[in-house]
Amino acid sequence: MPIVTEYDTIAAISTPPGEGAISIVRLSGDQAVKIAEHVFKGTNLLKVPSHTIHYGHIVDPETKRELDEVMVSVMRAPKTFTREDVVEINCHGGIVPTNKILQLLLAVGARMAEPGEFTKRAFLNGRIDLTQAESVMDLIRAKTDRSMQVALNQLDGNLQHLIHNLRHDISEVLVQVEVNIDYPEYDEDEITSKLMREKAVEVQARIDALLSTAQQGKILREGLATAIVGRPNVGKSSLLNYLLHEDKAIVTDVAGTTRDVLEEYVNVQGVPLKLVDTAGIHDTEDKVEKIGVARSRQALAAADLIILVLDASEPLTAEDQALIKDTQDQKRLVILNKTDLPARIDQSELAALGVKEDPILTSIKDQSGLAAIEQQIKDLFFGGIENRQQDILVSNNRQIGLLQQAKASLTDVISGLDAQMPIDLVQIDMTACWEKLGEITGENAPDELITQLFSQFCLGK
Amino acid sequence: MEVKQYDSREYDVIVVGAGHAGCEAALAAARMGQKTLLLTINLDMVAFMPCNPSVGGPAKGIVVREVDALGGQMAKNIDATYIQMRMLNTGKGPAVRALRAQADKADYHAVMKDTLENEPQLTLRQGLVDDIIVEDGVCKGVITATGARYYAKSVVLTAGTSSRGKIIIGELTYSSGPNNSLPSIKLSESLEANGFKLRRFKTGTPPRVDGNTIDYDQTEEQPGDKKPNHFSFETPDTAYLKDQLSCWMTYTNETTHKIIRDNLSRAPMFSGIIEGVGPRYCPSIEDKVVRFADKPRHQLFLEPEGRHTEEYYVGDFSTSMPEEIQLKMLHSVAGLQHAELMRPGYAIEYDIIEPWQLTHSLETKVVANLFTAGQMNGTSGYEEAAGQGLIAGINAGLRAQGKPAFTLGRNEAYIGVMIDDLVTKGTNEPYRLLTSRAEYRLILRHDNADLRLTAKGHELGLINEDRYQKYLVKKSEIERELARLQQVRIKPTPEVQDFLAEHHVAPLKDGVLASEFLKRPEVKYEDVVKFIGASSAEADRYVKEQVEIQIKYQGYIKKEEQSVERLKRLEAKKIPQKIDYNAINGLATEAQQKLTKIQPETIAQASRISGVNPADVAILSVYIEQGRIAKIS
Repeated sequence: MPIVTEYDTIAAISTPPGEGAISIVRLSGDQAVKIAEHVFKGTNLLKVPSHTIHYGHIVDPETKRELDEVMVSVMRAPKTFTREDVVEINCHGGIVPTNKILQLLLAVGARMAEPGEFTKRAFLNGRIDLTQAESVMDLIRAKTDRSMQVALNQLDGNLQHLIHNLRHDISEVLVQVEVNIDYPEYDEDEITSKLMREKAVEVQARIDALLSTAQQGKILREGLATAIVGRPNVGKSSLLNYLLHEDKAIVTDVAGTTRDVLEEYVNVQGVPLKLVDTAGIHDTEDKVEKIGVARSRQALAAADLIILVLDASEPLTAEDQALIKDTQDQKRLVILNKTDLPARIDQSELAALGVKEDPILTSIKDQSGLAAIEQQIKDLFFGGIENRQQDILVSNNRQIGLLQQAKASLTDVISGLDAQMPIDLVQIDMTACWEKLGEITGENAPDELITQLFSQFCLGK
Repeated sequence: MEVKQYDSREYDVIVVGAGHAGCEAALAAARMGQKTLLLTINLDMVAFMPCNPSVGGPAKGIVVREVDALGGQMAKNIDATYIQMRMLNTGKGPAVRALRAQADKADYHAVMKDTLENEPQLTLRQGLVDDIIVEDGVCKGVITATGARYYAKSVVLTAGTSSRGKIIIGELTYSSGPNNSLPSIKLSESLEANGFKLRRFKTGTPPRVDGNTIDYDQTEEQPGDKKPNHFSFETPDTAYLKDQLSCWMTYTNETTHKIIRDNLSRAPMFSGIIEGVGPRYCPSIEDKVVRFADKPRHQLFLEPEGRHTEEYYVGDFSTSMPEEIQLKMLHSVAGLQHAELMRPGYAIEYDIIEPWQLTHSLETKVVANLFTAGQMNGTSGYEEAAGQGLIAGINAGLRAQGKPAFTLGRNEAYIGVMIDDLVTKGTNEPYRLLTSRAEYRLILRHDNADLRLTAKGHELGLINEDRYQKYLVKKSEIERELARLQQVRIKPTPEVQDFLAEHHVAPLKDGVLASEFLKRPEVKYEDVVKFIGASSAEADRYVKEQVEIQIKYQGYIKKEEQSVERLKRLEAKKIPQKIDYNAINGLATEAQQKLTKIQPETIAQASRISGVNPADVAILSVYIEQGRIAKIS
């Protein structure tokens, strides 16, 4: 039975996702310093004074590989944001390295923080004034319920099914062990160490398979890398902003104002997109812009999905034609934007250039045709692209963290059995694994095992 | 004609019912110096075993040890009256080993009655309680059917299956307590009138047969253990019974099952006569045959009811079929073809009070100074009853003295697990303790019950000074020996290397700590002693056992201790009484209802209530932490 996890040490990336110069991964809870120390090479964090910052490296304790060069701040309770021990790891920006550090922390004992949980803790520990009580409570209510709901909604049906099966297999062993303990004189089959070990190894292999898809599962984890391309000022950034529903990229009418590659994450009809808004790809003498263009081309080549935006109110340029050609082998949406203005491109011209896709007619300015874009993204993803990656099911850090903990419990099961520990002790770790898996799917229920025990076995004096 | 009431004596504590709960409750209160009255419907049924003539088993056996460590009587009583003793689960880990004894049913009753009679502060009297006296929500005493009004500072009810009991055998039903005893009808009415919510439960017992008519050759013998073990920490190995009686095992078969299936229309379980909820873990044989239709046979255990009787209990054959069918069923079983039925099996329906109406001290939330324990609280089993009876008796005694309540946590005892389950979750069927109900079963072992609880028993005045000193000595010997093993090194001497070679494991390269050496699966404490010598005082077997367990399973014990630490922090967050949950903004409606109903005592308990989710718990903690609580005036 899981106890309220209020006192676990939690971790999360505290800076917004994207390519900042640095990102911060934050830990809070009484194990915060210990957990950080476990993956930190440098000064012994357990011994440093409170509210100090330290240079060093994050190292995976298993592989001994260095992940990043970091600065780590150690702040001990109670003078911290949450009034618990807090550690902040300042690492290099970018979602990939930051995620790796977070995953490492989750693997060594931290729990993925729920949205708003740092604030919630600050509040629970009395740091935030009571005058804010009502609104914060509403927030807790909304956030906790919603985040759970969201987490569960995001759960892939297949993953849920797989985890469910894993749990079912484990619980059969668990229940059998319980029957052997509580009804020793009954002629029910005895679970032997050998059987239990086989089951642990088998389940671990299945968890490993899930985790390895997570390692490769770039698409679901980091989003379907989607590049919005087009020559300057065709409406790429407006499209991006529409998808983001907020103004993050700089959008002006002056060609070339989007100079950097921006990355944003967005959920379109259930499809996670990592949107790469590229600087307009065009020949330029502007030095800064040149760099941007080069990066855009890279991003383009690496993209899983291309959204090619053309300006319907102007004739096709050589640049348009080059982009059409460059992206013809990739999954692509072709958008004819600015249909609010008189059309200057004939769709037959596109066909002549080898465009097989039906272009989507839009006026982003007038918000027309946008639903069609979303629908096509969805159709493309669920109809084809995902086949390339169909085994990838584990998609977020919470799930990865829990799977790693479940796996670690199984490692304990196996080493316990190898040390000839009695099954009912090894059961402790087997149960922990079962509970961790249950947290992924949210199907932990009190007395679940006892109910199964009685439905499965004929027992009783 | 109406019975004329009269004022009888005043007591500190009154206990109603002298079953396994009532006996413990009355003894505990009396031993705490409280003038105690124990009332029972029938003096010849004190500590009566209406069902299985046995005590202990997995989880239950641990409760018996816990009762003993807290100064209760059950362990001593069974140690004085057993006819067979077995240690179960010896092939498994230390956490799940459990002792079980077959009792001499008549002796068990007689010895307990004698103990009660000779307890200085205790009065044992026959009497049927019809009413509780309640003034301003406080219980002041009880009134018996013969008109006696007894007053007390606190009252413990342990009415068991007598409460509006109804026996069912096939088409026959009649109002009765267990084993055709007088039922208690009016007490239930009195409780309902005082605002208690009652519900109907059902349990049952199998037929008894004449042992002279059993063909033992067709059964398998189950003898007792040769190696001595007892329940009480005070009973010496030298007292171990050499001449033990055996149990016998046989099986039902397809013929038995066909008889049952052909007559299901006459089975009260299926014909609709039985309304009460029966236990899943103690199903009747007809229930088993229906639910597990593909099982070709079910085990039966023939258990002697005593040394001076030929009556045998047909274990796992609980049934409420008509007598005619019971006979056919019995005679279809190997070894029982010619068995003479002595008593038919029956089902019994009875009232329980829904246990969420209780606090962890087993005082009711409905009426102050009133405690309830045992089957009446929705449990099943003598051991479960005894555990609750002891806690209720202790708390009734403490209340009578105006002292604060005594409770046990889920991390301290199986008794604590059971009571917390009952008061936090209620129960939808007769509740039985299982090892799987305990989160920390490696800590809650039967072998360390004394280490866990003796000091508490002593503090309550239930453990005498002599026993307490022995406990302190044992404790310090364990600590000393643990410390020694963590200092002394075992060197790779030829003897050590020979020993390892014998066990087909790699030789030592360097010296290792004795404690590390003991952690190896092939090494026992005795082996370590061979290499490092015995401690100054030769340790007794219980000290050796503790040292071995604590070292060998240290890793797992630590893991559980860590979770216990977390639990304790949540348990430390107390919830004030009588909170108006409806006034707490943000609590989900279901949580408001559940919290209002259960009135949890701590945040930890609140978090265990089904339907109260983490967000509700968070909001509740905030309210408490900020001290801004609306109370029901």
